[in-house]
Amino acid sequence: MSFFLSHFNYIAVAILMMAGLFVLFSSGNLIKRMIGLAIFQTSTGLFYISLAKVFGGTAAIAVEPGSSEARELASRLDPAYVAQYGVDGVVYSNPLPHVLILTAIVVGVATLAVGLAIAVRVREAFGSVEADEIDVLSRVEATQPGPQA
Amino acid sequence: MIAFETLHAAPPALTAHAPLLMVVAPLIAACAAALAPSARVSWMISVTGSVFAAWMALAVAGEVARRGVVDYVIGGFAPPLGIALHIDGLGVMVALLVSSAGVMASLYSGHSLTTEVGAEKHTLVQSGFLLCQTGLLGLVATGDAFNAFVFLEVSSIGTYALVAIGEKRDRRALPAAFNYLIMGTIGATFYVIGIGFLYAATGTLNMADMAARLATLDDSSVVQAGFAFVVVGLGIKAAMFPLHGWLPGAYSYAPSLISIFLAATATKTSIYLMARFVFDVFPYGAAFGQAFVTWVLAPLAATGAIVCSLQAVFEKEIRRILAFSSVAQVGFILLGLSLATVGGASAGLFYLGAHALIKITLFMALGGVALSLGARRLGEFAGVAREAPWSATAFAIGAASLAGVPLTLGFLAKWRLIEAALQAGAIWVVVVLAIASLLTFLYVGRMLEAIFFRAAPAGAPRAREAPVGVLAPLWVLAGLNIWFGLDASLPEQLANSAARALLGAAP
Repeated sequence: MSFFLSHFNYIAVAILMMAGLFVLFSSGNLIKRMIGLAIFQTSTGLFYISLAKVFGGTAAIAVEPGSSEARELASRLDPAYVAQYGVDGVVYSNPLPHVLILTAIVVGVATLAVGLAIAVRVREAFGSVEADEIDVLSRVEATQPGPQA
Repeated sequence: MIAFETLHAAPPALTAHAPLLMVVAPLIAACAAALAPSARVSWMISVTGSVFAAWMALAVAGEVARRGVVDYVIGGFAPPLGIALHIDGLGVMVALLVSSAGVMASLYSGHSLTTEVGAEKHTLVQSGFLLCQTGLLGLVATGDAFNAFVFLEVSSIGTYALVAIGEKRDRRALPAAFNYLIMGTIGATFYVIGIGFLYAATGTLNMADMAARLATLDDSSVVQAGFAFVVVGLGIKAAMFPLHGWLPGAYSYAPSLISIFLAATATKTSIYLMARFVFDVFPYGAAFGQAFVTWVLAPLAATGAIVCSLQAVFEKEIRRILAFSSVAQVGFILLGLSLATVGGASAGLFYLGAHALIKITLFMALGGVALSLGARRLGEFAGVAREAPWSATAFAIGAASLAGVPLTLGFLAKWRLIEAALQAGAIWVVVVLAIASLLTFLYVGRMLEAIFFRAAPAGAPRAREAPVGVLAPLWVLAGLNIWFGLDASLPEQLANSAARALLGAAP
């Protein structure tokens, strides 16, 4: 039980990831597939943020050593723990994964935008966003001669 | 041929920053091309940007030959904390490949885009093409695992849009681009998850630093999970069988400029990154790494080489034949790498370069003819050799090289693979290669038979010879196929130093 509680974030990540992939593969609708993709990508964000969390850590904005704020932060934690992992008496969460996932979110938004734009064009060209109907129309296309210049 | 040790391609002031300029030049050109007032100007910007990047890649090649490794620290923050570019023999080989393919494709694009893409989109297509180049070169140059993901996606997002542009000629480009986007994004996300695991285990993103720390961690299940995610993610991007579903559509329906560039570079850079992770970043001595190479990589590569060659034999559309052939050749390359000897890696990487040159020749010859003909199916190419003899001959040279006819580059590439397999004592690899090569002969024969020996049906639309702007780069490529077939010292030198950089002193 304690395993589940201490790994709660990661279980949520796994569920989100699987849910995203399931929607992605089970749905024939292009828009729904984009939704699945977005959920899948978002789960990565949660994964990275969970990695970054340090027990009792505060945001990675330098606190002046010895100030009342630093003392207050340190007083919530075991002094031995702070002495082992802290910087100037304060424990910080790791900011790097936040930065990384910020980049990944930007990449994800760009992908989503391109994907939705393509879905719009598919709708204009085929009159449908259902993968089955597009497949049928594509198969007809394969028997047609190519366009002439 | 050229000895890279004595190559001083650029003045020292430029050479010092060449690794960065190689990546940044196409990026700046991409912005400029998007703002260009006319298609003509954007084409000139595209050629200039690509040529400059290739020049810088040559400058880097000289430096790497002299110093072994070029490290470029960005912004004065020393690695492992800062982000660094790290180019060794392997990186140089792939960088030269990508940038020269970029030059050839951009030269070709001047003519092809006018018929294939609406005039109002030219500037944006050139911009996307240059972005794609930036991403691929950055991926090769970077020494940072997360940076590699960003560059991978920069190139991929450009590619998705460019594949979709093919809708003017063939509306199937749209669903193909959509599938590519879905698969590509899954691949990239898997890679990011893998990097997350590795970061959790090692606390670093710098590849060299990560390699040093992983060497002490090979029992960790976190590391093994990271390895699995990274390899599957890159396997999708590299079109490793059976994760290749996106490739035939994307290659077949894209505008020919994009097929040409993608066929030569896209899967190759992902193979590069996969090889870097499997052999370099992860301690190759580790049991899971070896198990992966022996029991996953090699069998899948062999299956892919045979199954996809077989599929190519039965395809009806000519560009789909070439696309399936590409997946099969990825199998050849991975088979070479999976031998895990310096000879095998060198043969696999030599094959990688050779296949890039062969496919770019074939797709360009086809693209040049299809500009006037617009044909797709094999039957529609009947008798093209009479109307467009120059393009058809170049196609034949490329096809002969693909099949591995002696005196061509393709023959040498296959020969080296077989030699390496025999040295490593892997007889079954030789058998697989023989079967796949036989199948290659079959589909190459089908294509050549249609183009050369079949008469065009009466009343069929007639092809015109490709314009000189297409024939010039095409014949340079076809000539290289023969030249390297006779004197392969240049690609051999590159492949050998790449293999040494990859496997070091390993057996």
